[in-house]
Amino acid sequence: MIRVDGRSDSQSLIRARGLNKTYSRGGEKIQVLQGLNLDVDKGDFVAFMGPSGSGKTTLLNLLGGLDVPSAGSITVDGDEITHMSGSKLTQWRARHVGFIFQMYNLIPVLTAFQNVELPLLLTKLSKSERRKHVETALAVVSLADRMHHYPRQLSGGQEQRVAIARAIVSDPTFLLCDEPTGDLDRKSADEIMVLIDQLVSKYGKTVLMVTHDPVVATRAHTTLHLEKGVLVEGKASHERVLAGGAA
Amino acid sequence: MAIPLIYNVRSVKARWASAIVAVIGIAGTVGVFIAMLSLARGFRATLVASGSEDNALIVRAGATSEMTSGVALDSVKIIQDGPGIARSADGPLVSPEAVLIAPIPLRSTGTDANVQLRGVSSNVLEIRKQVKIVQGRMFRAGLAEVVVGKNANSSYSGLTLGNTIGLGSMRWQIVGIFDAGGSSFDSEIWADAHLLSGAYKRPDTFFQSVTVHLTSPGTLQQLKDAITSDPRLNVDVTREVDYYAKQSTRMTTLITRLGGFVAFVMAVGAVFGALNTMYSAVAERGREIATMRALGFAGPSVVISFLVEALLISFVGGVIGCIAVLPLNGLTTGAMNWQTFSHLAFAFKITSELLVKGVIFALVMGVLGGLFPAVRAARLPVATALREL
Repeated sequence: MIRVDGRSDSQSLIRARGLNKTYSRGGEKIQVLQGLNLDVDKGDFVAFMGPSGSGKTTLLNLLGGLDVPSAGSITVDGDEITHMSGSKLTQWRARHVGFIFQMYNLIPVLTAFQNVELPLLLTKLSKSERRKHVETALAVVSLADRMHHYPRQLSGGQEQRVAIARAIVSDPTFLLCDEPTGDLDRKSADEIMVLIDQLVSKYGKTVLMVTHDPVVATRAHTTLHLEKGVLVEGKASHERVLAGGAA
Repeated sequence: MAIPLIYNVRSVKARWASAIVAVIGIAGTVGVFIAMLSLARGFRATLVASGSEDNALIVRAGATSEMTSGVALDSVKIIQDGPGIARSADGPLVSPEAVLIAPIPLRSTGTDANVQLRGVSSNVLEIRKQVKIVQGRMFRAGLAEVVVGKNANSSYSGLTLGNTIGLGSMRWQIVGIFDAGGSSFDSEIWADAHLLSGAYKRPDTFFQSVTVHLTSPGTLQQLKDAITSDPRLNVDVTREVDYYAKQSTRMTTLITRLGGFVAFVMAVGAVFGALNTMYSAVAERGREIATMRALGFAGPSVVISFLVEALLISFVGGVIGCIAVLPLNGLTTGAMNWQTFSHLAFAFKITSELLVKGVIFALVMGVLGGLFPAVRAARLPVATALREL
């Protein structure tokens, strides 16, 4: 169950309360988030939409522990992350967050296998256990036969699938997707969204996704819009959007 | 766990054009560093090889070298009866020696350089056992004959077997070439001490030094005590090997300091080259670094990773510098020995210890060139860098 009113009593997997984020630019203060509330349960799939500069990526960065809020709190699976030290937050990210980026962000000098293995190097798994996990993750994204390819030898869609394998390989608590189809053609984008859909429906993953694309957003259980620094609910069905309706 | 080394190896390989600037800078610096030190080592080794553990050198008390010393014949006669001096059937193994210099043109430039002339006793080969006649024969006492060291033979014009040269007021025939095992004697000309002194109008009862062969290295102290306590003598007794080691100090210090200065100046340039390479590596790979940080690699892991990369580049530079300079090993060159004012031929001496020092020097440059860029890499704002194109 996804709520944005801050009144949820249940123990949500992800809970944000009164999030504020202010940037200083040229001496001017820009308030991006203004008392934002959010509750996301395990297995939810939520899409964040909004115009450029509305704070979608900022919100994702805060939820992923890549940035700290100016005020407010974020609790994930019972751990409040807003007051963690930098090194604690780094460890927390490694354990709980799987990132999927618009530009894939694969390391170009490493093979698909080595890219997917990276998060596992931060665990205590043995080499053979790591190999097993990587092979499984690459099989989930149907790239087991490309594990020794370098990113430059893969298409954009395949690169994003490797990135998804890297995000899920350590079985994180939730996945953060920042415009996961933003750099792909429609066909590849659909394939990636089918894959993300499966991660939610088949493997029970919790996914929070930023997108500009209303078609992509319809894959989510809930679409939330960022308006004036807070989230508002709005759900467009996949079919309605495809038929040309507004999101 | 650290960022895998393969990441750094492949990143360097992928950006070889940038890395090569740092590699060449470090290789050049290490090459000069090793060359200069090997020059100093070679000079020292040449002089130290001149001395023997079981020989003692006796000079006037307070003299800093043979050139500033004087020992009269009366003193020589007292010395040769001293304890611990080895004897042969012909008498004590003692060589009173007259040391002079003569200008002879170098083969390489045609300009004169000072050659050290050493008037020795005819039994000198029994005293300096490392010296062997390799061509011709030993000079005969009382005849105007000389033997020439192998480096003098190859470095100077006219010092060939059978040739006749003018030294002082006399003409001398070259009757032999000797090999002194790479020591400073290889750059000398030896003749009968009495005749040589006469040719330079010096009294033949006056010498610069006396070299004695000991019955064993352990008898030095006994001889020293006896000679220095004798009121008729005013001399210093030194083990021959220690005397020559001390002789090398001034020149090796000069070469080492000069070389150190040159290497330091070059190292500053090489460190800036490494800094430039590593800063551009960090700038170009901001998104990769941010991705690693987002995945959970800590700041210190990033610092170590980029330091390792800088060390990798500097190690390659160091090894190339070592390899480039290796052909110098054994190459003979010459320099003025400021203790004797004579030209001394010696060889570059590149030891494994010097090569290790060269590589360590390269790694130090790598750390200096890599540390600041590595820290910058770790401090990159992750959220911003993730969106870099």
